[in-house]
Amino acid sequence: MDFTFDESQLAFRDAVRKFLLVEAAPEYLREIWETERGRSDSLRARLADQGLTAISVPEAYGGIGGDDLDWVLIQQELGYFAIPDSLTASAYLAPWLLTQLADEGLKREWLPNIVKGHARIALGHPINPLVADARNAGLLLLAHQDEVHALTPTQVRLHPNPSIDQSRRLCKVEWTPSAATRVCEAARGARLWAGVIDRAGLAIAAQLLGLAQRMLDLGVDHAAQRKQFGKPIGAFQAVKHHLAEVAVAIEFAEPVVHRAAYALARGEAHASIHVSHARLAAGEAAWLAARKSLQVHGAMGYTWEADLQMFMKRAWALDATWGDRAFHKTRIAECLLAEGAALGPGQTFDPGAPRTVEPQRRLAHA
Amino acid sequence: MRLEYTEKQKRFRAEIRAWLAAHVPKKPLKSFDTEEGFEQHRAWEAKLHEGRWSMVTWPQELGGRGCDLIEWLIFEEEYWAAGAPLRVNQNGIFLLGPTLMEFGTEAQKKKFLPRMASGADIWAQGWSEPNAGSDMAAIRARATRVGDHYVLSGQKIWTTRAVWADWLFGLFRSDPNSQRHHGLSFLLVPLKSKGITIRPIKQLNGLTGFAEVFFDDVKVPAENLVGEEGQGWHIAMATAGFERGLMLRSPARFQKTARDLVALYQRHRERADRDPAIRDAVLKSWMGAEAYALATYRTACRLARGGQIGAEASTNKIFWSELDVLMHETAMRILGPRAELMPDAPEAGDADRWLDGFLFSLAGPIYAGTNEIQKNIIAERMLGLPRA
Repeated sequence: MDFTFDESQLAFRDAVRKFLLVEAAPEYLREIWETERGRSDSLRARLADQGLTAISVPEAYGGIGGDDLDWVLIQQELGYFAIPDSLTASAYLAPWLLTQLADEGLKREWLPNIVKGHARIALGHPINPLVADARNAGLLLLAHQDEVHALTPTQVRLHPNPSIDQSRRLCKVEWTPSAATRVCEAARGARLWAGVIDRAGLAIAAQLLGLAQRMLDLGVDHAAQRKQFGKPIGAFQAVKHHLAEVAVAIEFAEPVVHRAAYALARGEAHASIHVSHARLAAGEAAWLAARKSLQVHGAMGYTWEADLQMFMKRAWALDATWGDRAFHKTRIAECLLAEGAALGPGQTFDPGAPRTVEPQRRLAHA
Repeated sequence: MRLEYTEKQKRFRAEIRAWLAAHVPKKPLKSFDTEEGFEQHRAWEAKLHEGRWSMVTWPQELGGRGCDLIEWLIFEEEYWAAGAPLRVNQNGIFLLGPTLMEFGTEAQKKKFLPRMASGADIWAQGWSEPNAGSDMAAIRARATRVGDHYVLSGQKIWTTRAVWADWLFGLFRSDPNSQRHHGLSFLLVPLKSKGITIRPIKQLNGLTGFAEVFFDDVKVPAENLVGEEGQGWHIAMATAGFERGLMLRSPARFQKTARDLVALYQRHRERADRDPAIRDAVLKSWMGAEAYALATYRTACRLARGGQIGAEASTNKIFWSELDVLMHETAMRILGPRAELMPDAPEAGDADRWLDGFLFSLAGPIYAGTNEIQKNIIAERMLGLPRA
């Protein structure tokens, strides 16, 4: 039993953190927000230099063949720095999905490009009404009745939908499924999309944790500097307690997220339950952090000028994607309230019995 | 990261499981806040000690098993899953025991630890006073050094199980000219001493779980001083660290409550589902208990790698106490109009011990340092906010 990360995972996380601290300051993020594409190729190239685009690509295609545990700490950092890039879809979800497909040509075309940082790939599934980053994508992997279809930008029509989070570039995608675009049939596709939803869920949970921590840090900074009644407002208990509650929420969400990463990496039968738990816990921490940090910031928190807004908006938006709260609660309830469910002391690390609930049934709740 | 138990850990689990299956009383013991129940629980401690299960984390030579924290968590999981009795000597086991191991003399360890392990001495904790609750540094009870002993005078309050306990450990002001946390000393006091008056206080549940203790020139040998004279605050803070830290409330306790709550909800689903908030609270309870377990395992693994427990101990105390209230409030709502019934009421049915658990859960955010104090600690020591 060892619930800690190994030295190399921690060292990688530290290096990425150091890099983002310098390269992804809030002023720079604001600049990217203001651009038409909302993406920066130079930022992407530097993320690739750090090795982030190689994590999920198998070694045979030039990557490092890492797994969900290798991603989870990095995703926390991507959240903390609110990185405006389709890195999760392009470098985590897409390579995982592509690797599972039989289409060797598709892998050879895209996997090495993902490593180089050139590939922007969008994923569309009915669990989300809109597709993120469809406009910048060179490849779209779309679901049609559980099948997986691969489309080029010329095969789709895009209708942009602006989000309050300007780093999110959302489109309604119009397209026609055909035998020519299909790369995976429905029976296998259902399992693959379930895997994508879980991995997206893990990435979002980890990002929400990072966002919560950032919002807490911004609140603490403000409370230590802003003076009223002759002292820093952070000296007042009412303010202290707001921020302490956020720290508690983060403290008890983080291990849940790490547990979920382990479950996914090892293919545990109950991995989806851990992911949903992680989503709910991290989501709650992030919403609480937004609310409390805004309150501590006072009127400044309600301005465009204060950095807090970028992190709040990202948190609110992400929390409802790839499964909203109702979706995740339903998955947990189905497991917890099932006949003979294993719960209680001593079950925390039980990998679970093979799943009995069909993915399609679960998705019906979306 | 490797989230599987080793073969040794699995064998350990099997061993304690088998022992508990053979020894846990079939009929639940009476509450240890009654005289009869107290002695039943003392006898259970002796039984645990016979099997060398009373203090698994203590070293072998003191009757323990030298278990690490992961084995301790496994022990607790099996203990709670088996429905074994509450630990009447938890003040001794979890607070004074580790304190004596760190600060006690060899003679003190030899004298007190074995009797603590066997339940021969049950310990009460004497910290709070009428005017020193959250503000513990306002302690006024005095210890005056006279020759080879101390003379104690003053009053302690909210002393859990003092009515039937044998010994008390507490903080006393040994320097009459001192202020706040200076000049306090940590002393071990036999509760049968001459000059001690114990006045039981009836609790919310009608039982006398705690008491006021009056000291009227009570003589205590100087050898009962723990650490140096005047070092009491430092030692007490270390004790408070153990209390808020890992060991006071193991996750298994809450996982057991969560499991029972899910079962209660399942039995009353038709009624309960009329209020959609109940199902949500049941899910939240299970998630909270699992989160607490995961956080505890993480801390235990970090400590095994040489880390230290810091202000996050305060986050633990807030988290489990709020979770406990949530779970019991939810049970009360599921039980609806039967929730108010005492366990012996003819129509109580499976209302069982939920009412008593509910009342006790409400004490959680207050004892062992109120949650407001814990939030101050988190804000100042974890987040670095300025002191008031």
